[in-house]
Amino acid sequence: MATEILMPALSPTMTEGKLSKWLKKVGDDVKSGDVIAEIETDKATMEVEAVDEGKILSILVEEGTEGVPVNAVIATLGVEGETAKAAPAAAPKVEAPKAEPKAAAPAQAVKAEHHEIAEPSWGETKPTTVREALRAGMSLEMRADPDVFLMGEEVAQYQGAYKISQGMLDEFGPRRVIDTPITEHGFTGMAVGAAMNGLKPIVEFMTFNFAMQAIDQIINSAAKTLYMSGGQMGCPIVFRGPNGAASRVGAQHSQCFASWYAHCPGLKVVAPWSAADAKGLMRAAIRDPNPVIFLENEILYGQTFDCPVSDDFILPIGKAKVERVGSDVTIVAFSIMVDVALKAAEILAGQGISAEVINLRTIRPLDVATIVESVKKTNRVVSVEEGWPFAGIGSEICMTVTEHCFDWLDAPPVRVAGLDVPMPYAANLEKLALPQPNWVVDAVKKII
Amino acid sequence: MAVTQDKPTKRTKKPEPAMGKDELLDAYRTMLLIRRFEEKAGQLYGMGLIAGFCHLYIGQEAVVVGMKHATSEGDEVITSYRDHGHMLACDMDPKGVMAELTGRSGGYSHGKGGSMHMFSREKNFFGGHGIVGAQVSLGTGLGFSNWYRGNDRVSLTYFGDGAANQGQVYESFNLANLMKLPVIFIIENNRYSMGTSVERATASRDLSLNGSPWGMASLSVDGMDVMAVKAAGEIAVAHCRAGHGPFLLEMKTYRYRGHSMSDPAKYRTREEVQRMRAEHDCLDAAKKMLEDQGVSEADLKKLDDDIKARVQEAADFAQTSPEPDEAEIWTDVLVEGV
Repeated sequence: MATEILMPALSPTMTEGKLSKWLKKVGDDVKSGDVIAEIETDKATMEVEAVDEGKILSILVEEGTEGVPVNAVIATLGVEGETAKAAPAAAPKVEAPKAEPKAAAPAQAVKAEHHEIAEPSWGETKPTTVREALRAGMSLEMRADPDVFLMGEEVAQYQGAYKISQGMLDEFGPRRVIDTPITEHGFTGMAVGAAMNGLKPIVEFMTFNFAMQAIDQIINSAAKTLYMSGGQMGCPIVFRGPNGAASRVGAQHSQCFASWYAHCPGLKVVAPWSAADAKGLMRAAIRDPNPVIFLENEILYGQTFDCPVSDDFILPIGKAKVERVGSDVTIVAFSIMVDVALKAAEILAGQGISAEVINLRTIRPLDVATIVESVKKTNRVVSVEEGWPFAGIGSEICMTVTEHCFDWLDAPPVRVAGLDVPMPYAANLEKLALPQPNWVVDAVKKII
Repeated sequence: MAVTQDKPTKRTKKPEPAMGKDELLDAYRTMLLIRRFEEKAGQLYGMGLIAGFCHLYIGQEAVVVGMKHATSEGDEVITSYRDHGHMLACDMDPKGVMAELTGRSGGYSHGKGGSMHMFSREKNFFGGHGIVGAQVSLGTGLGFSNWYRGNDRVSLTYFGDGAANQGQVYESFNLANLMKLPVIFIIENNRYSMGTSVERATASRDLSLNGSPWGMASLSVDGMDVMAVKAAGEIAVAHCRAGHGPFLLEMKTYRYRGHSMSDPAKYRTREEVQRMRAEHDCLDAAKKMLEDQGVSEADLKKLDDDIKARVQEAADFAQTSPEPDEAEIWTDVLVEGV
């Protein structure tokens, strides 16, 4: 019986990859541990080692094929004379990955549905990943302003741990795209000092979990110095990187820091969802003369959205966006939870409930006006965040609504949040810990 | 004096002290200004006019003044919370500093910073930082900005023997040596991190060697001797300006007053403090040299009177300048209008 060689998942969030090179051909003998192919994911190029021994009977995916789903059969292995029975059946699926590219992928990677309305005044759009949009936002600003530079772990030669900065070293050179040692406290302080002296650093944290090592410099130095200096010494700096849960990376690498930073005067806090959010807000964050915390999401990096192509496209910090118009309830979300909120709205629509979905885009300063205007129309509000409930952004949304439009409310505000536990590793437990669309549906139905 | 980077650890050879009469007089004037200013600040604190934390620099004046004489306009200065002397050495206005201590609108931060948080863009003084060791990474960033812009400025980054045990100091040493940043790290070793002697807090017995894993050039300096400080500073500055990377200076100094105004001083004897004042005072030493060089008693007396008048003027200003307008509480949180 032939053994199927499957497209491996090389990272927790990988759903597909490019089979860039075969190092074996049909008829070659393979021993366990031999490198048989090279695979390029959205993060890196990696080698695939054989697990079993035998002869390559068939190669089902040509080298150079992009979008090969994880777990697709890419080759068969067996003893001489054996034929590859399973092969033809698997092949067509692999050859046409674009038709249903995410069908085999885990639930969290399902392509964002197109409720998002492209910014009306920015003209032509094109499908863009969040990753490309972030890179475009940074690159446009770096071309325009020589004081802007990018630093962080693996941003330069490695091309970015998540490939956000891919190609930027080539374009901007080692003075402006700077690899740092893994010392967040020190390099964050260094960047803040450079910003106090007039430069405009973009500091990439490989994830915001590691920024806790540097949080003293972010709060005590970056956020407070303008005030303490009577307005003399600002700090034009962007701290960016993936925030919140990725997938199966455990408690120390899965935490939402939105409420931590949003708590602090002197900071702005931005959390994009779509590619347009990412590009437009990145440019605004870099141009902003204040320290901006830019909370990205690893799972969103590879997702595709329509994004304005204009080099002038920029979004204002402090403005939320109504992603879906509705009349019965307002659902307020940010970052990847916008996707959860939109899915919930779709389910609710099937049950005759019309939900309005607000994508906050900015956490601080909060766009109170957009939230209040919506709640005055729908008379109900549900907040959705993946972070912990206690003293979370949901608490703030609910209190804001209570303060500003209590008399318009027909029911108490409700919050949906991640469970109040460190993130578990086990697949089933992790899924239980993070808000799902049906949580939002249930929350809405409680108050309708 | 050329210092190369390829030896694992080196203590640069001691320099020859050198200051002409006029320069020494100038240095003496600034040291005396700091001494008198701090004495006055201590008085105002005792009168309840200055509140909160107030860390006096008395005893350590030769360090900032000597370094000032080794540097040029445009070089950046950053330090900890014991910062009044650094500001005066940077030629910041004593009135603005004292008014900040009293929390008045005429202060450098309009009364919103206090003793530990003052800045002057104009004079390239970057604070004034209250978190022990944080200014070391920030000062490395000032050096980084000079490297990025390709200018020949140098960042003077001051910290104490206590901060010298902070982790981010060594992250900064690594970064500065890795990138060859023009930063002079200046440890003001006054022998006590708050109430804990350096022997009780620090396993290293020679702080000037704390940069040795990176091969950082360094000198241990008599920080009570303004000419020795200047001479060592000149070596460090030349090293940085030549693109050889950072330089570490350990200034052996001593503070006569407590860590802050509320210091019971149980951790050292009165005799120890008296001995340092009697035998190693930077002002006494400079004054004696000036007298040896023919400066008259009358001239020194006049200089002293001038400084006393200047400090009194600052104290008066600090008491008459109004408190900040209440509307100031909402300003400068963010740069607005963007």
